[in-house]
Amino acid sequence: MDALLALYIFMLAAFTGYEIIAKVPVILHTPLMSGSNFVHGVVVVGAMIMLGQADTPVQQAIGFFAVALGAANAAGGYVVTERMLAMFKKKEL
Amino acid sequence: MTMPLYVQGGWFIGALLFIFGLKGMSSPASARQGIVTAGYGMLVAIAATFFIPGLQNLALMLAALLIGGAAAWISGKQVKMTDMPQMVAIYNGMGGGAAAAIAAIEFAKGDAHSVVTTVLAVVGALIGAVSFTGSCVAWAKLQGVLKKAWRLPAQNAVNVILAVVSVGLGVAMIGCAPAEPVLILGFFVIALLLGLVVTLPIGGADMPVVISLFNAFTGLAVGFEGYVLGNPALIIAGIVVGAAGTLLTQLMAKAMNRPLSNILFTPMVASGAGEAITGTMKEVNALDAAAMMRYAAKVIIVPGYGMAVAHAQHKVWEMTAILEEAGVEVKFAIHPVAGRMPGHMNVLLAEAGVPYDKIFDLDEINAEFGQADVALVIGANDVVNPSARTDKSSPIYGMPILDADKAQNVIVIKRGKGTGYSGVENALFYTDNCRMLYGDAQPMAGEIIQHLKTLG
Repeated sequence: MDALLALYIFMLAAFTGYEIIAKVPVILHTPLMSGSNFVHGVVVVGAMIMLGQADTPVQQAIGFFAVALGAANAAGGYVVTERMLAMFKKKEL
Repeated sequence: MTMPLYVQGGWFIGALLFIFGLKGMSSPASARQGIVTAGYGMLVAIAATFFIPGLQNLALMLAALLIGGAAAWISGKQVKMTDMPQMVAIYNGMGGGAAAAIAAIEFAKGDAHSVVTTVLAVVGALIGAVSFTGSCVAWAKLQGVLKKAWRLPAQNAVNVILAVVSVGLGVAMIGCAPAEPVLILGFFVIALLLGLVVTLPIGGADMPVVISLFNAFTGLAVGFEGYVLGNPALIIAGIVVGAAGTLLTQLMAKAMNRPLSNILFTPMVASGAGEAITGTMKEVNALDAAAMMRYAAKVIIVPGYGMAVAHAQHKVWEMTAILEEAGVEVKFAIHPVAGRMPGHMNVLLAEAGVPYDKIFDLDEINAEFGQADVALVIGANDVVNPSARTDKSSPIYGMPILDADKAQNVIVIKRGKGTGYSGVENALFYTDNCRMLYGDAQPMAGEIIQHLKTLG
């Protein structure tokens, strides 16, 4: 990928992340930390790409490990965030 | 490798939904929808990945997804709300480990084409590996598996040496592609060791900040590996989380008045610190405590982690309802780091059914303690220690606290005479207007409820 293009993406993404958090009430800090933890679970996609190209047993083993860890990050992050936010939802009613 | 448009499109939609989801999570009303939106984003991104032409090891991939996903899903469903922080820590560590493993394969294949790519792969691998072992230590500490803070002699020097060696090995890998297997192995061993050694001496009280920091780390690691893979979805998701996590970490460190550098390099030393405290602790029984609150005009409750551990939230809320029926104004005061993460206590109170409008944070409520007849401190300790305001030699000096000591009367429900999580003696317990109600928070709240009912 073009390094300069990536730099622009880095900059805009960093700004986006900063803006999203800047206005969050304290009560949502824990769910949001957990939610952002879920979002970086997208690393599982990167792990799948690497496992998909792995061609030695060692690479396959590391790739398997990476996909399993990434999937756990995504699934676990989703479940705990959803459970926390479900309780806030109940209060709205 | 150039990807077909439908794969790229799937990743694009994923990134888009992540940003919308996070945006939704920043307000209580839309938070639930926010995580669901982000969840769809994840499904779309994963599904699109399967359509990459010539993808190998499909069976292995499905097995890994199933094993990792199912194990985390089940454990996430079962974990108690009080144990949530360490669960977030462990899932986060896994993400960091995945990012490091991606880099490991990249090095082994020697695919990295430019210097920029290799440098980012190395940096991503380093912070991913540190986040992995560091988060595991954070989990072990909060879970109570690891009770002691291990401190090496010349701790800071060891940290620096390990960091320098891992960077050095990284530079050596950049120099030769594909890198020697010994070099790769050495790099990862040192990087993983660095995460362990940096995190082990950090005390439990500082753990929330550290978990948040590692969360930001993992985000950055994912973003950098995303660049290496040429995958904008990973870059965007990773960097957004990295930036958001960094800001969140700063907010937390500020709430504790502990600069990040202090937390990482000079851990709190509790022994022999602080001025000697004069006075005695005075006991009170549940009946007197109930009467004090029943005939008060205004009561402020300061809940701490001890309340959550004792599962007393529901009883405390029941007690609050009785007091309010009798015409007493009741408010909850939450310290930014009450519980184990910022906002953790709010989650626990929400679980018990306490409405939002009764919960106030430090800035909103501190001025009101002066007008309160009773401040009821339940399982909180360091966050109400007036030494933080007055005693310059105290390790927690300067930390913003809830001014519970300024209330007419203070009642502290506490299991025993021990010190708080920081290990510092609490001057509040020895002041003239403070009474100690010894016992577990749940049965004690139950007793108070009984007495309140008989008082009518």
